[in-house]
Order: sequence, then structure tokens, then C-alpha cells
Amino acid sequence: MESMRDIKRRINSVRNTQKITNAMKMVAAARLRRAQELAEKARPFFNKTREILYNVSLYTKDFIEHPLFYDSGGKRHLYLVINSDRGLCGSYNINVIEKARSSFQPDEEISLIVLGRNARDYFRKMDYNIISEYINIPDYPDYWFARRIADELISLFRERMVDRVSLIYTHFNSPISQTAKVIPLLPLTVLDKPEEEEKKNYDYLYEPSPDAVFDVLLPSYINNILYSALLEAKASEFGAVMTAMDSATENAEDLIGELTLRYNRARQSAITTEIAEIVGGAEALK
Amino acid sequence: MSSTIKLEIVTPAGKKYSGEIEYLRVPAMDGEIGILPGHTPLVTGLKIGLLEIKKGTERLVIPISEGFIEVTPGNINVVVRTAELPEEIDVERARRAKERAEKRLNGLNGEEVGLEYIDYVRARAALERALARLKAAETNGR
Repeated sequence: MESMRDIKRRINSVRNTQKITNAMKMVAAARLRRAQELAEKARPFFNKTREILYNVSLYTKDFIEHPLFYDSGGKRHLYLVINSDRGLCGSYNINVIEKARSSFQPDEEISLIVLGRNARDYFRKMDYNIISEYINIPDYPDYWFARRIADELISLFRERMVDRVSLIYTHFNSPISQTAKVIPLLPLTVLDKPEEEEKKNYDYLYEPSPDAVFDVLLPSYINNILYSALLEAKASEFGAVMTAMDSATENAEDLIGELTLRYNRARQSAITTEIAEIVGGAEALK
Repeated sequence: MSSTIKLEIVTPAGKKYSGEIEYLRVPAMDGEIGILPGHTPLVTGLKIGLLEIKKGTERLVIPISEGFIEVTPGNINVVVRTAELPEEIDVERARRAKERAEKRLNGLNGEEVGLEYIDYVRARAALERALARLKAAETNGR
């Protein structure tokens, strides 16, 4: 039988933990709001880039000859894995890692660029070939953060160090639902038609030349995808932290309830014992 | 042919400008270009610099960062990394950014000490952006 003091101590300890998880939940909620806002603001930018690229790709045959469209058919596959630096976010990290592992094909020569301490530690332990790693990802990644990674991907691809590049990140559906996704980045393929797009037929003029234009347009397209993916991943991470901390807070509440019950029982039995002793003592005096 | 054309400027921070305009001048990859309604369809890259809009007697100068422009018969789409409306330009901040970027570039001074290529690009871009902002603030203020 635990003593009342032990139980009291545990209740206090659980209550303190609960305060922490609750605070973490609130912080995550605030960050989530900001990350979500950024992701939403970036969407028209991303869609526009895609739309222009689509229009252009439809009517330009030279397009396909650009080096970023070159499909070597090789098997050296570079995966860019976006994960988080912190734990305490439920299954967020493990979902991404699982997704990555299930998309690796046995006949491929796999190399990785990892973002986030979690994925790095995991893949390092499993002895994967990590080309580069980015840790301490800012909460609200900016353009340059994405640019650095995009530049690296593009130059690896252009120098034919890898044959294809895919991105694994977490898509933000809602604060309580996120899905790990794999999207192929390079070589570029002619895009799917963006929604609500009427058929246009323009014979575009390229200044100064199609190649020069694509040299600007295509990398920014990749960069925009990356930037949006980073924002989505961050929003997802905060969503996951929020959900995890919310259930932790709830569990703590349950635990406190149960401990309080036990504490009351212990108190009751202590009182009963005391009464029994007093009665016993009184009896003995007679 | 209509005498105005619809212009949209989008950045990662949202849609910055949307409206009918009469004339647009942008810093394209290989020099400044002016666009009037009825311009032939065009796609080109943009450099950091000043974008100028004319509409009636109104004249608006917006500093932009690199990106690209698409001109179709009815629309102009400008997709750039940053664009600042006159009320958003913080002159003081731009001046500080200019000094900072200059210092960083001067520290480099021919020798590639410590600075990675992207840092150099970034400092260059920061300098150009700051200059464009200052110039825009000056022009709009007149």
C-alpha cells in the first residue's frame, strides 16, 4: 500500500508534466497558425509558376531538350527527406521514415539529403549514403533556405551525379491529419494540367532565348515546390506536436483522476485505521 | 484593342498587385522592357530592379526581386520573390541592409574567403534589392 505522501507526490509530478505538455500544445498551436498562414499565402505564387510552366510546356517543343528534363533511365535515386529536429510530435517523424523506406526500390542506388535531426540519426544508423544534411530547420523557413537545397539538388542532377530526385515530405491536410507523400522532382516531366485552366494557344516569344528563360523558370519551379513543401512540412509538424501534446495533456488528466481516487482511498483507510485504533484503545481502558 | 491590360503580381507572401494598367516597364534578363496592351505573348526572366506601372496620371514604382513574367493577350503575370508597395518600403531598413551587404561583399574583396558561392549570391542580391528599394522610395516620394 502506497502512503498518502507518495501518492500526493505523484499527483504533483503528473500535474507539473501536464502543465508542460499543455504549454507545448499552446505554443504549437500558435506556430501552426503562422505556418499555415505562410503556406496559404505561398499557394497562389506556386500555382502561378506551375500554370506558366504548363502553358509554356504545351507550346514549346524545345522545352523537352532542356537538361532538367533529361531522363537518363539510370538507377541512382536521390531522396530528399523532410523531417523534424524535435521529438514529442507523435508519429510525424516515423511516418516520414516509413514512407521513405517503403519507396526505396531494391534495384536502386539510394542516396539521401536529409532535413531534420530525426531522419539524419535514423538513416545514419542504418548506414545509408547521406549526401548532405540540414539540421536546425527554422520554424518558418525562408526563400534562401529552400534555395540552398534546390541549388544543391539541381547541380547534382545537372552534373549527372544522380539520375532522379524525389521529395518525401508531409502534406498538411488539417491540424489533426497529415499525410507523408512522395513526389518526383527530377527529371521534370510535362506537367499535368492545372485545374480550371481554359485552353490557351499562345506562340510565346522568349527573351532572350528559350533556353535562357528555362534556365530561370525551371529552377524557380523546383525551388517553389521545395519552398511550399517545407512550409507544408512545418505546418504538419506543428499540427502533429499539437495533437500529441493534446492527448498527453488529456492522459495526464486521466492519470490525475485515478491517482486522486487512490489518494482518497488511502486517506479513507488511514482514517478507518485510526478510528479502529482509538476504539481499540478505549476498549482496552475499560 | 483595349487600352488597358490586367496585371497581377504574385510573391510567396501573397498577391501584391492586381488591376488594370496602361503601361508596364520591367527589368528583364537582358534589359528593360516596356509592355503596352496588345503586346505579343512573352515569357522572360526578371532581375532585381524596379518595376514601373502607369495608369492614367498615376505612376507607381515597385522594387522587385528575381522571378519571371508572362504576357498573354489579356493578362500580365509577374511572379517574383519579393515586391513591395510604396507603403511597405522601410527606407531605414533598406539603408541598413545596403550597408550590411556592402560590408559583406567588401570583406570578400576578390578572395574567396569563407564565403560560399550562395552567400555571395545572397549578399549581392541583398545589395541590389536594397538599392532598388531606396530608389523606389525616392521616386514614389516625388
